[in-house]
Amino acid sequence: MTYVAKPKFHHPDLPKNELGFVHRDYEGAVSTLCAGCGHDSISASIIEACFELSIAPHRVAKLSGIGCSSKTPTYFLGNSHGFNSVHGRMPSVLTGANLANRDLIYLGVSGDGDSASIGFGQFAHAIRRGVDMVYIVENNGVYGLTKGQFSATADAGSKSKRGVVNTDNAIDLVGIALQVGATFVARSFSGDKTQLTPLIKAAIEHRGAAFIDVISPCVAFNNHAGSTKSFDYVREHNESVNRLDFITGRTPIKVDYEPGSVELVMQHDGSTLALRKLDSDYDVHDRLAAMSFLQHHAAKGQVVTGLLYVAPEPQDLHAHLNTVDAPLNTLADKELCPGSAVLDKFNASLR
Amino acid sequence: MPIQSVNDFVVRFANVNGSGSASANELFARSVLRMGIPVAPRNIFPSNIQGLPTWYEVRISEAGHLGARGGTDLMIAMNPQTWDKDVAGIEPGGYLLYDSTKPMVKSKFRDDITVIGVPLTAICNREYSDPRQRQLFKNIVYVGALSALLDMDVGEMEKLIGEQYKGKEKLFDANKHALHLGRDWVMMNLDHPIGLRLKRADAVGDRIFIEGNSAAALGAVYGGATVCAWYPITPSSSLAEAFTRHCQRMRVDPATKKNKFAIIQAEDELASIGIVIGAAWNGSRAFTATSGPGISLMQEFLGLAYFAEIPAVIFDVQRAGPSTGMPTRTQQTDIISCAYASHGDTKHVLLFPEDPAEAFEFGAAAFDLADRLQTPIFVMLDLDIGMNHRLARPLIWDDTRKLDRGKVMSAAALEAGKEFGRYLDVDGDGIPYRTYPGTHPTKGSFFTRGTSRDRYARYTEEGPAYADNMQRLLRKFETAKDLVPRPLQANADKPTKYGVIYFGSTSPAMDEAIDLLEADGHALDRLRVRAFPFHSSVTSFIGEHDFVFVVEQNRDAQLRSLVVNECNIDPVRLVPILHYDGTPITARFIARAIADRLDALKVTPLRKVVS
Repeated sequence: MTYVAKPKFHHPDLPKNELGFVHRDYEGAVSTLCAGCGHDSISASIIEACFELSIAPHRVAKLSGIGCSSKTPTYFLGNSHGFNSVHGRMPSVLTGANLANRDLIYLGVSGDGDSASIGFGQFAHAIRRGVDMVYIVENNGVYGLTKGQFSATADAGSKSKRGVVNTDNAIDLVGIALQVGATFVARSFSGDKTQLTPLIKAAIEHRGAAFIDVISPCVAFNNHAGSTKSFDYVREHNESVNRLDFITGRTPIKVDYEPGSVELVMQHDGSTLALRKLDSDYDVHDRLAAMSFLQHHAAKGQVVTGLLYVAPEPQDLHAHLNTVDAPLNTLADKELCPGSAVLDKFNASLR
Repeated sequence: MPIQSVNDFVVRFANVNGSGSASANELFARSVLRMGIPVAPRNIFPSNIQGLPTWYEVRISEAGHLGARGGTDLMIAMNPQTWDKDVAGIEPGGYLLYDSTKPMVKSKFRDDITVIGVPLTAICNREYSDPRQRQLFKNIVYVGALSALLDMDVGEMEKLIGEQYKGKEKLFDANKHALHLGRDWVMMNLDHPIGLRLKRADAVGDRIFIEGNSAAALGAVYGGATVCAWYPITPSSSLAEAFTRHCQRMRVDPATKKNKFAIIQAEDELASIGIVIGAAWNGSRAFTATSGPGISLMQEFLGLAYFAEIPAVIFDVQRAGPSTGMPTRTQQTDIISCAYASHGDTKHVLLFPEDPAEAFEFGAAAFDLADRLQTPIFVMLDLDIGMNHRLARPLIWDDTRKLDRGKVMSAAALEAGKEFGRYLDVDGDGIPYRTYPGTHPTKGSFFTRGTSRDRYARYTEEGPAYADNMQRLLRKFETAKDLVPRPLQANADKPTKYGVIYFGSTSPAMDEAIDLLEADGHALDRLRVRAFPFHSSVTSFIGEHDFVFVVEQNRDAQLRSLVVNECNIDPVRLVPILHYDGTPITARFIARAIADRLDALKVTPLRKVVS
């Protein structure tokens, strides 16, 4: 594999966002994933979301673990610092990064092997701490880079490309995220950009642990009949509970839907989500109901997608730790080092 | 003949874990200190909260010997479980203080020691009705008895109790009363003082009494650490807990009451080091505190930090391994596993503080070194210095000192068009520039990865680019040799062919051993190694001597292996002196082991033997 640089020039009339950046400013290197890989669609949605939100690209830190999904941060936001850490441990590295500088946007990209198998513990613990982040799992139920072994999100009874049937039960990361206290939980499908991009935008605006499980079929090893993570299977079994039409920043909201069909969800930072409900029974603020709804539909073989839960008043780790408003990495010597007078007093107390 | 000694003996308390003896025993040690006499206390405790045997040993030495000595001159035997072993451990001519409430058969004692019976249980039962009080005050009562037996300054003891229970009059009165119950009983019923006595001296000076873990944690505060992630493990937990305490006192913004620090008790050691690496990558000074098993768990991440060049500080408070080993016993046993931590070709910087004062100094310096060298720095403490109170010189800080953040490229430099290559060696010292995330909108971003890359942080699997990077990392390690604390050399009065290398907590025992060896006519030059990679003076020191003893507290002579390997020394010239039973190394052990080998090395001329 080689590093491929994209040409820097672009058409002068390309649309610019509020900061004057064009779409190309949010792109990264050319992807080296397989042609048609669902992960590349997710990268495209991340680029789209950051462009539309007019985020300064360098104010995002993108972190990942190891695996196909974890390679993707190279392919988007080329002007952001990135960190491809070790397998299954992105959540801890992201937690540390977030502690050091609370002012950046943290985008954690992981896969099902990375988050549900080797990194299951770190996944759960970062979420239960309420780290302010967008945690995206690009979920294909299979190990791609090592050529097709089952991962922990593969459904029991699903068949590998070689015909092996998985007998282990699947881990539903959405269920776990809800249980351990994620304040924003969504599921989407890499083949459904119109659903995914607004969800990523909403997650970025969310101040707390935001988790998005994105079913992302592996075209090389998990897109065959008998797989429950193939394009065809997910399209047939997708049960979308709602659709986010747009998310506004701090601009006035204009809604022209039929009364009753749209729910406006205020986020903590002042932004608003316009949620078009597809299932009238579904309440995005009811965590317990969401968990039972998921279980109920999973039993019927349905994959529930959409914004599944959002806490109206989320708190993040910095609030729990009562840290100062300034990023810790900007504190100067005099704010950190108590000096010799304090030390003399300390010495005196030990005699 | 009973031992006669003033201000130079060892007192050992044998207690049951969880019986409340710790604070009473500490009161005894501090009282001696307040009389101007140096003490070195050591906790010998099991991995248990309640019920198992525990010992507290107080070495009293006006001469200032702070290493463990070995042997007990006065045993306070409060634990029936360990009675036989405790009595057997008393030096001939020594003393035994025991609770004489119940009669003991004569065979339970020894003829060559002085037995002192004080009916502690009876005194307490007479005085208190609450069983918990009977138990707790028994400890203070025996300290009171000791005050009379050893001729201690009871005023200093009362003062200490007063400081401990400041604002709690009732507790102060109760403890003072218990102290006098024991003291008065001895004064009325026994010959006192005994042959061991304490006499006011002036040998403590301005030294402070502090645990190494607390001092190291304070070093982290002064060194500017803002992020701490840790997982509880003996004997390092008290380091993270001390950091929490120090920060609450020194790092809370007075106006907003908000914290200028973030401390996470992580789910395991993997997450701890991951959080440290993430924070350090993002420009905060960060550390973890752990022990051997934690170091084992962190191996993969440490390789990443080495290769991706992330500053990280690891305090390793060593204990006896492998596996769970002896979790509450001391050793210097993680030298190799830290020096070469992780898979692939790695080498790490290690610092070896000898006591709390250096734990503070190196604790702070570690953060400058980590930022300067952009690599993990290990501060190698052990249980002996970490968890015991030790008399140490006062901690000092130079207010003109600036934190050295190393080579960090600013937004202004990037804007001015300065060339930035994350792994580009611009100064020839192997250390490249880095940028903090979020520095500049279009310049200076890079992708950090554990896979190989070129000088501009671009992914590559090309052999020459990989080798080029690995060579630069070696150059950086060379640079480190002159940045880390230098070894300290002390030569014998007369020229000698023999030298000794030692490090860390062995220090006080080594100093004392030299006195013992010199008294026997042996001359030895000393080199105290304070860091790895080794400074060139280590090689020259070995070159100047025929044989060099390497004293360490592990089975496999780990530092010696490191010297052989890194300085290309013929192993024959490095004679290992190894102590690894989990007890702190003693001067007696070192002196005996070295003297034996010196005698063996001395070849007597043939003619002399014949005649």
